[in-house]
Amino acid sequence: MSIMAFLKRSPWILHYDASSCNGCDIEVLACLTPLYDVERFGIINTGNPKHADVLLITGGINAQNREVVENIYEQIPEPKVVIAVGACAATGGIFRECYNIVGGIDKVIPVDVYVPGCAARPEQIIDGVVAALSILEEKRAKMNGATQEKNDAQQAEQAGENT
Amino acid sequence: MTWTWLIGAILFLVLAPVAGGLIAGIDRKITARMQGRVGPPLLQPFYDVGKLFEKENVVVTATQNFYILAYLIFIALSGALFFAGGDLLLIIFAFTLAHVFLVLGAYAVHSPYSHIGAERELIQVMAYEPMIILAAVGLYMVTDSFYVADIAASTIPAILYLPGVFLGFAIILTIKLRKSPFDISTSHHAHQEIVKGITTEFSGSTLGQIEIAHWYENVFLLGFVYLFFAWNPVIGIIAIAVTYFAEVFVDNVTARVRWQAMLKSGWIAAIIAIINLAILACILGYMMAGGA
Repeated sequence: MSIMAFLKRSPWILHYDASSCNGCDIEVLACLTPLYDVERFGIINTGNPKHADVLLITGGINAQNREVVENIYEQIPEPKVVIAVGACAATGGIFRECYNIVGGIDKVIPVDVYVPGCAARPEQIIDGVVAALSILEEKRAKMNGATQEKNDAQQAEQAGENT
Repeated sequence: MTWTWLIGAILFLVLAPVAGGLIAGIDRKITARMQGRVGPPLLQPFYDVGKLFEKENVVVTATQNFYILAYLIFIALSGALFFAGGDLLLIIFAFTLAHVFLVLGAYAVHSPYSHIGAERELIQVMAYEPMIILAAVGLYMVTDSFYVADIAASTIPAILYLPGVFLGFAIILTIKLRKSPFDISTSHHAHQEIVKGITTEFSGSTLGQIEIAHWYENVFLLGFVYLFFAWNPVIGIIAIAVTYFAEVFVDNVTARVRWQAMLKSGWIAAIIAIINLAILACILGYMMAGGA
């Protein structure tokens, strides 16, 4: 398809804390520090879902922020990927049995990459993002393919009308 | 001779996005080094904009995209007029009009963050507009022309007559380059404070257009800096580099201020420029009286 895969070189991340204990969030922010410096890969921590490509989400989601997570996910333009960071984001972790915990991000929105750990280490989080980038690229190719098909169908329809 | 202006304009329209993107890349690299980081690749701004054109464009209302296109066109137009050697006052009016379109684009969407960003952008325009006009007036007083072609060809070292005006221009340049401490409308460095201020509701290719307009704008503003040193091109280029480096340095060592402080700084810059111009007027008047 496109030779210029800019998407992989410029993933902008939206970080959301869905009732995490803050352990993973501190590790996520550690990725931005001079020690790990994820901006080397063109990664930017943006505060705006409409500018984001990657939703990096921690915690097991409770009844109150369920809607927020759904809303944020809807606002991110396609193509997008979701990374669940930490044990709680994967399964609910030690909060799994709590009455208010939904138990994992994938109960609410589709997740592409799981980063295990309690708390997840910055190296693992960066690995998770790198894994997500190839998925992002796949989704972009698929999205382009879908638009192409749609255009082809439209053209075929018009051609049909003309004849 | 008649066609040289067209060459300048076309060169600007074609090369300014390349130069602006490279300047942005160097800016990010220097910023990273100042913070003890490795930083992104030099071509990162091009990757970013390329990506934005690959993304889905989420549009709340169709008018927002129209306003941003107008913003891009008028920024490019004001820069093209500048490099064509046009009238400085006309260029400043086109430049201001471009920002009016940006503000209207942000107001077109019913989002509180976008509206706060738009209001702050208007305050920024209020802060820098007097100073930018005074800079044009200062250059006119020294070179007797509002035409960029004449000012650039002048052999008078304008900076020696206009140190206060240049200082004031450097202060508002911080506002225009969207750098800390005056980066209040886009909140580039303050994630989640007002989300992304004026650009909150723009995504995909529309955001890419804003970014490209910003590159055009930066090249135009650095061209404006050059006019103060136009009598010697080498010193002019060095002055541009030093000024930009100083802006990056200030960006990294200061915290953002409130809008009141930004407005005051912009107007203090204008007052410094007015004092400079008043003294200059006295000297020029004295010289004329002495000559007569």
